[in-house]
Amino acid sequence: MSFIDVTMQLLNGFKTTMLIFAVTLLGAVPLGLVITFGSMSKIKPLRFLTRTFVWIIRGTPLMLQVILVFYGPGLMFGARALPREVAVLLAFIINYAAYFSEIYRGGIESIPAGQYEAGLVLGMTKRQIFFKVVLFQVIKRIVPPMGNEIITLVKDTSLARVISVTELVMAAQDIVAVKGIIWPTFYIGVFYLLVSGVLTLLFNRIEKKLDYYKG
Amino acid sequence: MAVLEVKNIRKSFDGEEVLKGIDFSMEKGEVLAIIGSSGSGKTTLLRCLNFLLEPDEGRILVNGACIFDAEDKQKIKEKELREKRLHFGLVFQSFHLFPQYNVLQNVTLAAQLQIKEALKERGASKQEKKEALAAVNVQAEQLLRQVGLLEKKQAYPCELSGGQQQRVAIARALALNPDILCFDEPTSALDPALTGEVLRVIRGLKSSERTMIVVTHEMEFARRVADRVIYMADGVIEEYGEPEQIFANPQSPKLKAFLQNAGEGL
Repeated sequence: MSFIDVTMQLLNGFKTTMLIFAVTLLGAVPLGLVITFGSMSKIKPLRFLTRTFVWIIRGTPLMLQVILVFYGPGLMFGARALPREVAVLLAFIINYAAYFSEIYRGGIESIPAGQYEAGLVLGMTKRQIFFKVVLFQVIKRIVPPMGNEIITLVKDTSLARVISVTELVMAAQDIVAVKGIIWPTFYIGVFYLLVSGVLTLLFNRIEKKLDYYKG
Repeated sequence: MAVLEVKNIRKSFDGEEVLKGIDFSMEKGEVLAIIGSSGSGKTTLLRCLNFLLEPDEGRILVNGACIFDAEDKQKIKEKELREKRLHFGLVFQSFHLFPQYNVLQNVTLAAQLQIKEALKERGASKQEKKEALAAVNVQAEQLLRQVGLLEKKQAYPCELSGGQQQRVAIARALALNPDILCFDEPTSALDPALTGEVLRVIRGLKSSERTMIVVTHEMEFARRVADRVIYMADGVIEEYGEPEQIFANPQSPKLKAFLQNAGEGL
């Protein structure tokens, strides 16, 4: 099997990898904010519930969560299983939203109280203070940890293969199993490196863009 | 008529009473300096006036209308609270400018949000909105000229010295035209070289129209600029009067000791 053939076949898996990556980001970034509001809520039961949820999600392997979302409904309620890709996306979005929510919370709590007070004495609403004053400062502060987490996500997509979703690693393993050649397994590392390289550059740019002010 | 009447304000934190019944009133155009050692309750009093803290007891009247009454503890709406708050402006010890906005934006942000909100409720035309927002800009530039920072309007707070930042904060507070402008130790976070420029600006604001409360450790400033001085100690107004009387002829032993200490520090 030629290099081109292998690359083409791997690209198919890579497409799935990128799809999982992109959809997870799109879903988890806003959902994480919702979870943050829950875990910072003044309503104690809500806060407790959200924080317990975050604990469970962060406290168990993502692989287990993928398996649970796919097989769980069938085993527990006899329901029909979700399509494999949907199950993967659901598990990933929830998992990453939980991690993002904690990054957001750290960011929000790091904004000095004086910023809120300044907004209040200027007659701004809490909403205005959050969206016009605080949010932007939070974004600046969370860019480095978000970059970290997002690069981890690129590689975590490989867990999708536990329920037989053909992403990049599984595509390589298929070739290895069928053709008896081993090198595609190592070759896929290049794909991951390229993506994380692009992301690193992107995050550097964002950081630079936000560097026009300090504080 | 008094522009501000403060009646029997009390405030406790965790059972410790920090304000033990504060009473005073101010006429329009008056500058009131509040002096006293740290922990005497000066800042807490200012924060109560600005609704950053809720007094446990007492009443606050502005222009004769009661805007706060601890007896009347019904929950007020956020909007109402904001309106009440706007009677007062507050300049903080450590400025608290919004770092991501430039100087001009810092001054205009709150006013613009207010105008947008008001015009939206009224369903005003785009043209009207544009004109109103432009007027805010013009007013902000005027204020920046007044504090001597017009040429810095495009700068970001991190590019300014502490004194300049505080002057921007003063312009920002003035932009909403408060009845009473409060300063919470406006020069305490500045090194001595920068203190003068801020005090000069504050002194320059003095006019028959503007009522100001300045919590300060600058005794010379209090003496020369204030019309009335309050000396606070342990949560009460220990002494109240004209600057001459307070500084030249202090009555209470605590004030005497305080002034002596302040003098020795010089």
